[in-house]
Amino acid sequence: MQIQELFEALKKKFGDQVLELATPASGEPSVTVSAQAVQEVALFCREDSSLEFDQLMCLSGVDYPPEHLAVVYHLHSSTKHHRLVLKAMVPRQEPKLPTVSRVWRTANWHEREAYDLFGIVFTGHANLRRILLPQDWVGYPLRKDYVFPTEYRGIKCHD
Amino acid sequence: MVTMPILENRFEENVVFSTVDEMINWCRLSSIWPMTFGLACCAIEMMAVGAGQYDLDRFGAGAFRATPRQSDLMIVAGTVTYKMAIRIKRLYEQMPEPKFVMALGVCASAGGPYYEHGYHVLKGVDKIIPVDIYVPGCPPRPEALFDGLLKLQEKIRHQKVLRRLTPQEKSVIDETTRKYELETQKLTPLPKEYQV
Amino acid sequence: MTSSREFRSQEIYVNMGPQHPSTHGVLRLMLRTDGEIVSDVAPMIGYLHRCAEKYGESGTYQMMIPYTDRMDYLAGMNCNWAYCLAVEKLGNVVVPERAEYIRILVGELNRIASHLIAFGTYGLDLGAFTPFFYALDEREKILDLFEMVCGARLTYSYFRIGGVAADLPEGWVKRCHEFIDFFRKRIDEFNELLTYNYIFIRRTANIGVIPANMAVDYGCTGPVLRGSGMRRDTRVDEPYGLYPRLRFHIPIGMGEKGSVGDCWDRYMVRIREMEQSCDIIKQVLKSMPEKGDVRAKVPKAFKPPKGEVYVRSESSKGELGFYLISDGTDRPYRVKARSPSLSNLCVLPAISDGMMIADLVATLGSLDIVMGEIDR
Repeated sequence: MQIQELFEALKKKFGDQVLELATPASGEPSVTVSAQAVQEVALFCREDSSLEFDQLMCLSGVDYPPEHLAVVYHLHSSTKHHRLVLKAMVPRQEPKLPTVSRVWRTANWHEREAYDLFGIVFTGHANLRRILLPQDWVGYPLRKDYVFPTEYRGIKCHD
Repeated sequence: MVTMPILENRFEENVVFSTVDEMINWCRLSSIWPMTFGLACCAIEMMAVGAGQYDLDRFGAGAFRATPRQSDLMIVAGTVTYKMAIRIKRLYEQMPEPKFVMALGVCASAGGPYYEHGYHVLKGVDKIIPVDIYVPGCPPRPEALFDGLLKLQEKIRHQKVLRRLTPQEKSVIDETTRKYELETQKLTPLPKEYQV
Repeated sequence: MTSSREFRSQEIYVNMGPQHPSTHGVLRLMLRTDGEIVSDVAPMIGYLHRCAEKYGESGTYQMMIPYTDRMDYLAGMNCNWAYCLAVEKLGNVVVPERAEYIRILVGELNRIASHLIAFGTYGLDLGAFTPFFYALDEREKILDLFEMVCGARLTYSYFRIGGVAADLPEGWVKRCHEFIDFFRKRIDEFNELLTYNYIFIRRTANIGVIPANMAVDYGCTGPVLRGSGMRRDTRVDEPYGLYPRLRFHIPIGMGEKGSVGDCWDRYMVRIREMEQSCDIIKQVLKSMPEKGDVRAKVPKAFKPPKGEVYVRSESSKGELGFYLISDGTDRPYRVKARSPSLSNLCVLPAISDGMMIADLVATLGSLDIVMGEIDR
């Protein structure tokens, strides 16, 4: 299926929850959906017989200061051989959206990573703790306004 | 005093006179047991050094031990992160004396390519444990590791094993003994029937 | 397995790693065990988190290439390639034909080198020391070839945006031929030594079985997914470079010694992939143009147009993807690496229930993870 058809299929099912289809001149087109509907959209993408996105290739957080954080889902269907980029924007003050770790198990660690590095909270996630950084780390390093620490547990970070 | 069994049947049994220091140092430097302690890319080079083509055993340092308690040399092979730094410190403390540390590669020496923006990278393992030898390279070639090892052996060769205590060390020992004596005095005496 | 459950005694927690010889780096596993039986595993990662994604944002597009080497340090060329592919797609750079062939050559050679390490250390994990020396000996020959092209043994940074750094030196092709001819026969020796060893089969067959649907659900790729019987390979499914011109076979696990998706299958997929890589290299050496550009003209201040791409490629561990966002400047806005080892590792808790600790080591070794890539 082409991206236009995928967009229409999602639009037909979810209506206003599917916000826009971005087709930039270079790179991949993406479909932006409302953050609260991510879980239902994901489930539909996996279960619908014409979509069958059985593989979540990548889940990444992106920081768009000063307003938004985004979560980008790259889906691929190994049976239908098409792919889809889903995006969900969340406000930077309260970055919360439902987890998709029950839809694709692989999202479990990817979401923890996004929480760790961006501070995006995935509600309903079974074990949302820091994964890469130590539990007592302060701040979210991949945010654009991250200030580097000067000390960690008594170890000086720079000379 | 060293006998020479290697050249059997060629020489009479003979005796070499040396100092105790030299003897002990010679023993130490020819059987350095490193710890299997791979952190990152440099660990792969360390593996290559242990394998056939380079063969660390030639220098008597091929017995890689998996536990710190049996090893003399900690080769910090790779980038040290803060999360790992705490572990490294503990591993170092678990090693028995005499112990040596080699910082293999620029990451372990000074942070290396991760110096500037590496928010989670320790800028040199010498911030937490004392380092004896720094080996540059990213990663160092096996020959560089050998060079570091030979330098370390040279360092061990000149160590003094038997020596007078410095006044500071002497005071520490005296203090400990005094404390111990005080503690033992404080103990309640054994019941009469058990006293000798 | 079920019968041992009835003798449940006291459960204890065992901490395995981050300094442990069989966790392949600085992985930490928290095990809940009942005697020798593992009832739960929690992998804890991040002991090698080196902030590679932050570096991607902080430098120019070219400056990220050396950091990709250090992600999967066993297959640096493949990581270079994946990143360069993503940047080239973002900036619509066309790579010269000879450069594409050279990329396949070094990429496949590095796949062999990486699988050799997997083969050698897997033997070590199971208590066989000799295969390690055999594997590392052959690997040194590949590293010599890499040293000829770029001077480095492990972290190559040989790829450039729009090609490779330099042409192959004189005499390289001949030496490569010699190596491949020699190595092809050597694989049979490996098989004799380890693959069909009775003890090895008993240690790996029927251990750590990953069913195909579970492998897909957990996002496993590469030899782990193929070991479960799924014929998936990015080189064929979404071909990049000049792979469509080459003919090769994708080996999958068939449950020859036990059931499909066990440790032996995953191990065997790697051995067979080495054979296939040899065939690919032979074809490339035959059909490669003698002369030609090896690098497209790319300006130093390379500014791809606004946009974003996710490009995946087949590294030795599986599907290595790069997600790049360009905001039109000479620095990427966001670089995200989707590492195959991360997804391959997260399947471990699901399959380790009721295993012996020794079998857990066998399973972990058969996943062939690299911590540099998991933690980035």
